[in-house]
Amino acid sequence: VNLSLNPSVIIQSSVARLAGAILLACAAFGVCLAVIGKDPFAAYSAILSGALGDSYGWSELGAKLIPVVLCALAAAIPARVGLVNVGAEGQFYGGALVATSVALNLDMLPGFVLLPLMLIAGFTGGALWGGIAGLLRIVGLNEAISTLLLNYVAVLLVDQMVHGPWKEPGGNNWPFTVEFVPAALIPAFGDWRIHFGIFLPIIGVAVFAYVLARTRWGFEMRVIGGNPEAGRWSGLPAAQYFLAALLIGGGLAGLAGMAEISAIQHRLRPGISNGYGYLGFLASWLSGGSPLGLVGACALLSIIVVGGDVLQVSAGLPGASVNILMGLILFCVLGVRRSGPSAKAAKAEPAIQTPPAGSPLDVVSAAVGIAPNASMAQVDGVHA
Amino acid sequence: VTDPIQMVIAAVLLGGLTGAVRSGASVLYATLGELVTERAGIINLGTEGCMLVGACAGFGVTVSTGNPVLGVLAAGLGGGLLALIHAFLAVSRKASQLASGFAVTFFAFGLTALLGRPFVGAQIEGLGEAAIPLLGDLPIVGHILFRHDLLTYLVYVLALALWLFLRYTRWGLALRAVGENAAVAFSAGLRPSMIQYAAVMVGGVFSGIGGAQLSLAYTHTWVEGMTAGRGFIAVALVAFALWHPLRAVLGVLLFGGALAFQLQLQSVGTPVSPYFLDMMPYLLTLGVLLVWRQASACATPEGLRAIFG
Repeated sequence: VNLSLNPSVIIQSSVARLAGAILLACAAFGVCLAVIGKDPFAAYSAILSGALGDSYGWSELGAKLIPVVLCALAAAIPARVGLVNVGAEGQFYGGALVATSVALNLDMLPGFVLLPLMLIAGFTGGALWGGIAGLLRIVGLNEAISTLLLNYVAVLLVDQMVHGPWKEPGGNNWPFTVEFVPAALIPAFGDWRIHFGIFLPIIGVAVFAYVLARTRWGFEMRVIGGNPEAGRWSGLPAAQYFLAALLIGGGLAGLAGMAEISAIQHRLRPGISNGYGYLGFLASWLSGGSPLGLVGACALLSIIVVGGDVLQVSAGLPGASVNILMGLILFCVLGVRRSGPSAKAAKAEPAIQTPPAGSPLDVVSAAVGIAPNASMAQVDGVHA
Repeated sequence: VTDPIQMVIAAVLLGGLTGAVRSGASVLYATLGELVTERAGIINLGTEGCMLVGACAGFGVTVSTGNPVLGVLAAGLGGGLLALIHAFLAVSRKASQLASGFAVTFFAFGLTALLGRPFVGAQIEGLGEAAIPLLGDLPIVGHILFRHDLLTYLVYVLALALWLFLRYTRWGLALRAVGENAAVAFSAGLRPSMIQYAAVMVGGVFSGIGGAQLSLAYTHTWVEGMTAGRGFIAVALVAFALWHPLRAVLGVLLFGGALAFQLQLQSVGTPVSPYFLDMMPYLLTLGVLLVWRQASACATPEGLRAIFG
């Protein structure tokens, strides 16, 4: 008798394993710090108090969460139809680019017109970047490779614009645009860095969760991603879902880029992303595809990123060294996560043997073996 | 040739071709390494991380000991050890290979930022030009092909050796068999997981040496994140090369050529934007992958399809 097939046991044990893995990684990073002569306890208390200790830390965390969650959605939505989108970084820059062109060219408009236009532009830019990968996928080019390569193209395109036509006139030759007019800026909450863009990821996650759990689209996405063969047999339009998933995912990453330039940077310049696109991919992967897990994984990674800034100041470590902790956490999670008994069970369920009797989707549902509220472990197999 | 425009063009061409051979070398190491790994049915996006570790370890050891040979050995060792993590996760734990590769790259990025910081700005002799006697004196060909550092020569020899290895040796056959169908290979008496471990680690060693070529022979410096996506380019170039070592050389020369011509064109002050020229390798790779996608689908090792459909 395999007890682990009981969903509640799976959930409990995977949460416990996840927590254990993260603690193990933190311990390993602590040892690393001790080896190079830094006090690990002081470092961890600096990370935690820096990110969660005061209102400033919370505001920083919120400001980081906005792009990270949007980029995580950019990876998680395509992941649901079985696509690997590692291009949120490029889609982020694509959104920033198109939003900037609106901010610079339509700066005479009032804020209540200009900001919505910039949001649309940001979404469009990201969707364009994701859509290219979607079209390439439909004609048979793997999206993991194309999105990875397109990242570099987007970064260079931003470089080109800020070094060239958009360079601030008389701005000491710095590579950035003029500061946006006030109407193009998303307002912040008071004096903090956290800003009204926080509603974008909140709405995004809520819609994602709702579509996934309650709509036909969400169901069909899970079928296509979970069992492509069953999807084909029941005539689901996989190509359209591929394109739509990359368009919407890319668009959300583009919104992140727009929010970053509009609310945080107030202008376009190179290097605005801080690797948010890659963080989003990792968060999406850590979450195993569940919307709640997504938010949790994003929070964890964002705390580490904010903590990295703190470590840089307090312990004199290079800012990038928190990537060690990030890598260790992923190693441990990858190492302890079981390959998914439920995933095996889902595959062991034979594909449809007899012609569908009722609605094709009922049969598919039985064949795929995905309950509407798929647990983390169940999605594991789908996602990996 | 006396016309100044012709002289400039000749100089750009000569410089570009020479640069293509030298700047492509680091990418070719990583491409060959990733090719071995993928032929065993494993994809390693940690190639980027292995290159970084190689570049950092190679530079650090060379600065500390003054001996670039030790630096190259350290680079290979570092790359191989990092790849071992990926091998454990991907082969023994059957974890998601794409996620594991990214994790390795993140880890390497942090590790090299931390350990490499004392070496930022350090000066080294590194691996200098070692012209091959006689051949190096040939008029144009000598300049393009035979006036490089030792690691650059080595990688082109390595490509040829790898092709012979894969095609004509028992071990090469075993490697390919595991990548095509591990179950069949197992029933034929091979041990697929051991072979996959070995292939991933060899890939890491090659990538590490590629990183060392970059820091010791090409730039003579260490900068945080200096590989700048070359490892990811290598992964794309393996598909571009249809998993064939000699075609990998062709792909790398195209890539290196695009980079080198860009530098040459900049140095003579052409009005073309350097950022557009920088995009060329990525767009070129995408374009070729697109055109060759049918052939690519046929050439993909069967074991990779599950991950990389």
